[in-house]
Amino acid sequence: MKRNDTIRSSPDWVVIILYIVLVMLGWMNIYAAVYDESHPSILDLSTSYGKQLLWILTSGVLILAVMFTDAKFFPAFSYVLYGLTLALLVAVLLVGKEVAGSKSWISIGSFGLQPAEFAKIGATLALARYLGDLHIKMQSPRTRFISGILIAAPAILIFLQNDTGSALVFMAFLLVLYREGLSGNILLIGLLAIFLFIISLLVDKYFIIGAMAGLALFAWLMFRRVKRSLPLILLLLVGASGFVYSVDYAFNNILEDHQRTRINVLLGKETDLRGAGYNVNQSKIAIGSGGFFGKGFLQGTQTKYDFVPEQSTDFIFCTVGEEWGFLGTTVVIGLFIFLLFRLLRMAERQRSSFSRIYGYSVASILFFHIAVNIGMTIGLAPVIGIPLPFFSYGGSSLWAFSILLFIFIRLDANRLIML
Amino acid sequence: MKIVYSNRRYIISAAMLIVGFTYVIRLFYLQVIDDSYVLSAQSNTLRNITMYPARGLVYDRKGELLVYNEAAYDLMVTPRQVKEMDTSAFCGLLGITREEFVTRLEKARKYSPYKASPFITQLTKNQFGYLEEKLFHFPGFFVQARTLRQYPQPIAAHVLGYVGEVTQGIIDRQPYYKRGDYIGIAGIERTYEEILRGRKGSRLVMVDVFNREKGSYQEGKYDTMAHKGSDIILSLDAELQAYGELLMKYKKGSIVAIEPATGEILAMVSSPGYDPNLLVGRVRGGNYKLLLDDSLKPLFNRALMANYSPGSIFKIVQALIGMQVGVIDEFSAFPCNKGLVNCHNHPYPSDIKKAIQYSCNPYFYMVYKRLIQPGKYPSIFRDSEEGVRIWHDYVVRLGMGHQLGIDLPSEKPGMIPDVNFYNRWYGEHRWAFSTIYSNGIGQGEVQVVPLQMANLAALIANRGYYYPPHFLKEVKGEKFPRPEYSKRHESNIDRHYFEIIVDAMRAVVEEPGGTASRARIPGITVCGKTGTVENPGEDHSGFFAFAPMEKPGIAVAVYVENAGFGGTWAAPIASLMIEKYLTGNVADTLKEQRILDFKMVGLETQ
Repeated sequence: MKRNDTIRSSPDWVVIILYIVLVMLGWMNIYAAVYDESHPSILDLSTSYGKQLLWILTSGVLILAVMFTDAKFFPAFSYVLYGLTLALLVAVLLVGKEVAGSKSWISIGSFGLQPAEFAKIGATLALARYLGDLHIKMQSPRTRFISGILIAAPAILIFLQNDTGSALVFMAFLLVLYREGLSGNILLIGLLAIFLFIISLLVDKYFIIGAMAGLALFAWLMFRRVKRSLPLILLLLVGASGFVYSVDYAFNNILEDHQRTRINVLLGKETDLRGAGYNVNQSKIAIGSGGFFGKGFLQGTQTKYDFVPEQSTDFIFCTVGEEWGFLGTTVVIGLFIFLLFRLLRMAERQRSSFSRIYGYSVASILFFHIAVNIGMTIGLAPVIGIPLPFFSYGGSSLWAFSILLFIFIRLDANRLIML
Repeated sequence: MKIVYSNRRYIISAAMLIVGFTYVIRLFYLQVIDDSYVLSAQSNTLRNITMYPARGLVYDRKGELLVYNEAAYDLMVTPRQVKEMDTSAFCGLLGITREEFVTRLEKARKYSPYKASPFITQLTKNQFGYLEEKLFHFPGFFVQARTLRQYPQPIAAHVLGYVGEVTQGIIDRQPYYKRGDYIGIAGIERTYEEILRGRKGSRLVMVDVFNREKGSYQEGKYDTMAHKGSDIILSLDAELQAYGELLMKYKKGSIVAIEPATGEILAMVSSPGYDPNLLVGRVRGGNYKLLLDDSLKPLFNRALMANYSPGSIFKIVQALIGMQVGVIDEFSAFPCNKGLVNCHNHPYPSDIKKAIQYSCNPYFYMVYKRLIQPGKYPSIFRDSEEGVRIWHDYVVRLGMGHQLGIDLPSEKPGMIPDVNFYNRWYGEHRWAFSTIYSNGIGQGEVQVVPLQMANLAALIANRGYYYPPHFLKEVKGEKFPRPEYSKRHESNIDRHYFEIIVDAMRAVVEEPGGTASRARIPGITVCGKTGTVENPGEDHSGFFAFAPMEKPGIAVAVYVENAGFGGTWAAPIASLMIEKYLTGNVADTLKEQRILDFKMVGLETQ
């Protein structure tokens, strides 16, 4: 018992402190983003910063609950929890209320809950449990298929809520699969697909196919002595052409107008500063006007006076950029990178595969959120509305990220007895 | 087996680092290198609010208010900020149609979708009252307080001029002005625009995305105060001006009265005139057109712009030059030979005084002949050329043939023909005295404007010099605002000759047989000279005078178009002006009534 106690009392304080720092910084920026001289009280529940303070305090309660739960509970009940989150996702489709075009909220009294945020935890637990099994080999198609199902099921349900952003987050698990042995070629093909995807939106599809045919001819000339090179090259060419074709088709026929415009704005094909491009443009103005040192706490005008939309949720990074300048944004990005590296290091030191896979999942999900969220505020990623972890205003996301992170801290604290 | 893949953490870490670095580099570019975002942010949140200064007031020489300001309100619009709203309620408040609303908004949008411009100018007080309470329903609209010029007395419209909105041409030339600003367009308002307008101030305020004011930027560090325009005092005597306008009512013509000792203009009447309040505010456009189309040209300032032949008044000029050049002296006599030029019946002009008193035409025909063709050269052409050259120089020094530099726009120079003029007109050596003799009695090519005649009267009253006639007496808080008005202009004729002429002019009024006995004022010695100006229509009645003879207080010139003899109408009007100014009232009410009863024309507009 004594040994158990020491282990229980040695969680990774570096990550905990990073978490606290990030949450506090986030709250300060929410306060600044909606700051109004006439509402100086920080506890005013009619303001976002007042509510966020409530979310932070309740997150603390949840964290304590997690930390006092037996570490073995999580692998043991991972499928149950997964099932529970899937059930919530189905429930939201049936009884959820629609906010801003997405049917992703369940009302509990005057507060709303977003099951999509918690689905990440469920999927992470389930994937860790499944891949953590000693007999699992990533090379087997069965493993890949079942992993794919585990990840795709919540993503599809979330997609059906019309919350594309949150659904895309599940792509982050590809990194986990890669770490667990998924062929790098698949990731490469994925990257290549993204490259082709972007190119085929920018350039006429026949031109691309023509260029690829040329490349194929060149490759065949180079490798014609290699056995079976011709069928492989032809297969790649046909596959790539088909991909380009279907992207073109999907873009023009399946995507909705607003999605098409967002992508076009991002690619620079459209500059509609009052419509779809407005958010990104105002966001860049806010960040860009911060300069090196920023305008100072509460001195930002672009966010405070509502020029940046969603300034306390998806575009909270604008407040950082405007009030704290390049110094502030670099520090925040540095803190996030530090957190991610720390998580990877912690993941690698786990003795159980479950804990390691869980750790990688946490790092990958956070990475995806951070990269896309910050990327969209500075015009490097499409505007898909996902929150900046620990920063953005919102109860569900803060709760979910806190639980997600602290389950790993709990697992890590117990790593020596976890197998 | 699985241990193999642990190397992949480095690839994953590298991916994270690459993304992190890319973002930091991008942020460095956005935040540190590219400063266009700072400007965009400022144009987002900073609004420059112009503070309009009150325009300076205008007083007359006795401190009576001539022009003051009254508050008016312009409804401004920033088209980009106009959101969906209850247009019909809005149009109802303003009393405009939907179509009007659309065109006005379109006009403002054409000017700039982002900058505020006037939607409706000069709201009535009622409209303003309604709007002020409801305005928050109509985003993008706000009310800007302005001032309108008002005139307590309906006088001196030609002198005071008017203000109006700046045109695009003015904005392009003078960046001080912005669309919707007011500028002096005519009269004193135009000449002293920079003194009267003051200086606009500006306040930099922060606004939110709905254009709501959020306080001043950096505690007003960049704000500038509006400076009120300076008040000015004009030399005009409002009472005399009003009296002059009354006398000239129903007549065409003008009166100019000058204080000889200073060149200050006491009254400037151009009839028919108009009430300056007609050209104020929203009614200005319509009234302006009516006045412009009026056949009597009420907008035309005859005192400055109407070229008349001086008529017999010009005989004074010939006499002065003749004596100075030495072709005649005080006692020269010429017979009244009606064969040379037509004349009326009068006693023998035995000296220059009598010639002026009786206004003898043949006498001055001879004087002019001696001036132009003194016989220095055998060729009369050569002789006349030399003669005109000398004569022209003297006339110009007497303040004719050029602008006097009055502080009103559009002063006409009149016309004193010179050698070049006649050479162009007739050809070199193709003209001589016989070609141009009409000038001798103030007909022919010689042209003057009434202002120059009044100035000539002042010059004679001063016995040889004048100060440029002007209106500006004082700019409050400034000393000697226009030094050119205190510069004395000397004629090149000896004072002695002026005394002779002054005495002759006294005789014109005061002695029996003088042409201007109607100009007599009991107790005041008036010196004057009539002019009956021949022209294609009925003769113009002209007269110029000053009084009292010693220590002259006022010099005046009067022209009444198509009214006949100078002595009949112009002379009594001048005397009434003199009496009114010097004594404060008019004793001879019969004389006054006769003038008031004389109605030649009526202004169509009034």
